[in-house]
Amino acid sequence: MEDKKVMLEVNDLQTTFFTDSGDIPAVDHVSFHVHDGEVLGIVGESGCGKSVTSLSIMGLVPNPPGKVVGGDIHFEDKNLLDLSEREMRKVRGNDIAMIFQEPMTSLNPLFTIGHQMMEAVLIHHKKKGKQYAKDRCIEMLELVELPRAKDLMDEYPHQLSGGMRQRVMIAMALICDPKVLIADEPTTALDVTTQSQILKLIKELNDRLNTALLLITHDLGVVAKTCERVIVMYSGQVIEEAPVDKLFDSPKHPYTQGLIQSVPDVRKKQDRLYSIEGNVPLPGSIHKGCRFADRCKFAFDRCFNENPEFYQTSDVQKARCFLYDKEGAVEHDKALTRS
Amino acid sequence: MTKHLLEVDGLKKHFPIKKGLFGKTVGAVKAVNDVSFYVKEGETLGIVGESGCGKSTTGRSLVRLLEPTEGKVSFDGQDITKFSANDMRKVRRNIQMVFQDPYASLNPRHTIEKILAEPLIVHGMKDAKKRKEKIYEFLEIVGLNAFHAKRYPHQFSGGQRQRIGIARALMTNPKLIIADEPVSALDVSIQAQVLNLMQDLQKEFNLTYIFIAHDLGVVRHISDRIAVMYLGKIVEITDSNELHQNPMHPYTQALLSAVPIPDPHHDENEVVLEGDMPSPANPPTGCAFHTRCPFKMDVCTKAVPELKEQKPGHFAACHLYNGTNSNDI
Repeated sequence: MEDKKVMLEVNDLQTTFFTDSGDIPAVDHVSFHVHDGEVLGIVGESGCGKSVTSLSIMGLVPNPPGKVVGGDIHFEDKNLLDLSEREMRKVRGNDIAMIFQEPMTSLNPLFTIGHQMMEAVLIHHKKKGKQYAKDRCIEMLELVELPRAKDLMDEYPHQLSGGMRQRVMIAMALICDPKVLIADEPTTALDVTTQSQILKLIKELNDRLNTALLLITHDLGVVAKTCERVIVMYSGQVIEEAPVDKLFDSPKHPYTQGLIQSVPDVRKKQDRLYSIEGNVPLPGSIHKGCRFADRCKFAFDRCFNENPEFYQTSDVQKARCFLYDKEGAVEHDKALTRS
Repeated sequence: MTKHLLEVDGLKKHFPIKKGLFGKTVGAVKAVNDVSFYVKEGETLGIVGESGCGKSTTGRSLVRLLEPTEGKVSFDGQDITKFSANDMRKVRRNIQMVFQDPYASLNPRHTIEKILAEPLIVHGMKDAKKRKEKIYEFLEIVGLNAFHAKRYPHQFSGGQRQRIGIARALMTNPKLIIADEPVSALDVSIQAQVLNLMQDLQKEFNLTYIFIAHDLGVVRHISDRIAVMYLGKIVEITDSNELHQNPMHPYTQALLSAVPIPDPHHDENEVVLEGDMPSPANPPTGCAFHTRCPFKMDVCTKAVPELKEQKPGHFAACHLYNGTNSNDI
C-alpha cells in the first residue's frame, strides 16, 4: 500500500468556532491522509468534528464564527489553506468534490437537473461550450445508472425520489473528474434498500474511476461494507486509525471497542446491549486529560491529567490512549486488573 | 396461552387527496391498507419497514391520534374504535406513546416537572405532593435525578430527553407503550443505553411494547415478534428469530440482506432491489411488491396475496407459498 501516492494530506488541522459563549475547538489537531483510489472512512458520533473536518478541507467553514486556525492541508503540491478564494474555487468541485447528506436540500428546486449539472461543467471548462457540457451531463447520469438520462435533464428535483436525487448528486460531484471525493453521510437520509444501492454504486465508481474517497459516516455497518482504512473521531480528535479489518477485529481504543459493541447485530440476538456510560460530549466542553476519560472503564489517574499522544499500537494501527504507552505500562496493568 | 392485549382487525387509514377550488376528492393515499395483527400481553411487537410504508400511521391510528378509516382495534377486549373522546381519554391512560424526536415532543417552555405532571393531572391525581413524589420517583427510575425536575428540555442531551419522554409515558402506569422510532435520533452509544432502559422497564412494570423502527438491528434486539410492512400492508409477521433465520417474503429477504453488517469479514450475499417504493396513492395492482420482486410471477400482477399462516406462527403474504407446500424458492 505504501507505494501508492498520497492524494490528500491533512496535518495538525485546527478549526475553532468563536462564539459568544467561548471558543469551541471543533477540530483539534487532526491529521490523516488519503491515498490514490483509497476509501478512507471517518466515523464518530454527533459533534465529534467529522463534518467540520470535511468543510475545512473544502474551505467551506462558515466564517464567522468558524475559522481554520492552524495546520495545513496538502493537495498535490499546494497547501489549500494558503490559496486565495479565487484559486480555491478552481479546486473545489474540480479537483475535490463533495456529496452532502441531504439530497433534498442540496439541489436547487427552481432549476432543472440539467441546468444545475451543466453549471459545474461550464464553470470549470468554459471553453468547451454548452453542447460538450450537455453531453458530459448525460454521460454522467448514465454512469450512475439512472434510467432515461436525456429526459432527466429537463426534470426538476421534486420529480425524483430520494435515491435518484442522491445519484444525481454523485453524478454532479464526479462530473469534473475530481481526484478526491468527500461524501458526508451520503446514505443517512435514505432507506436501507436504497442505501445498499447507493453504497454499491459509490464502491463501483471508486474502483472504476480510481478517485480517492473520504467517507464520513456514523454507521459502522457502512464503514465495514465500504471502507479500506478508518479513522475514529471523538470530541474533535482522531482517537484511532486502522485498516478496516483490524478496526473491527481488534479495536484498540476503549471508545472504539465500546462503539462496536453497542451496535445491535441483526445476525444474532443478544440479551443485553453493551452500552458506554455517560453522554457524547458537547463540542467545546474541553477539560484536562483524555476526552473520553470520564466514560472510560479503564481510566486511571493519568487519563484525567494528561492528554494522551497518538500511540502506534502496531505497524498499521494507532490509538490515542495511555494503555498503549509503553512507559506507562505499570499503571495500566493496575487499571486493567481493577476493571 | 397469554391473552391478546391488543387486537387489530382490518385497519385502514386513507388520506384523501383533494384538488381544485372546491377541494374535490380525487383519490386517496392508502397509508395503511388492511392491516391485522395482535399483541400478546408482556411481549414486544416490532414493526419495521422503510419510509412511507405506513408503520407510523399504524401506530397513531391504534390510539386514534389519527382516526382510522376502517377496521377494528380492540384493547383489553373492548373495541376502542367506537369510543367517545371522553372514553378514549381513559383508554389512553393505558396506552401511551413515545415519539421519535425528543427535541420536538417536549414543550421547551415547561420545566420537566410540569411536563411530567400533566399526564397525572389529566388522569385525576389531584394531590400536588403525591404528584411530586411520583415525578421524582420516575425520574430516578429512568436514570435521571430529582434535581433535574426544575430544568427545561434544552438543558438536556438527546438521550436524556428521550428518557424524559419515556418517564412521561410511564406516569399513568400504562399497560401498552407504542414507541415510534424512539432511538433513531440518538447516537449509537446512547441508543444502546435507551434500549437497555426500555428492556429493564418492561420487566419491572410488565409492559407491552409496540416498537416501530426502520433499523432492523434495533428491532431484532428488542422484539419478540416482528411485523414487516410494505406499502401499507403487513407482508410478513413472525417470531423475531424465525424472521431472521428463515425470512419467507422476498421483500423481507431483501431488507435483511441490505442491512450493512458491522463486520468487514461478513460474507455478502445481498439481494439488491431495483427501483424505489411505488407511491401509496397509486399502488401497483396485485401484490404491491411485484414491481421490484425478483421472483415475480404472472399471478402477482393480478391477485393480492393474503397474509396466511405458512408455518405455525409464521405468516407471509406471498404467492410463492400459495397452493404449494414447498418452503424453498
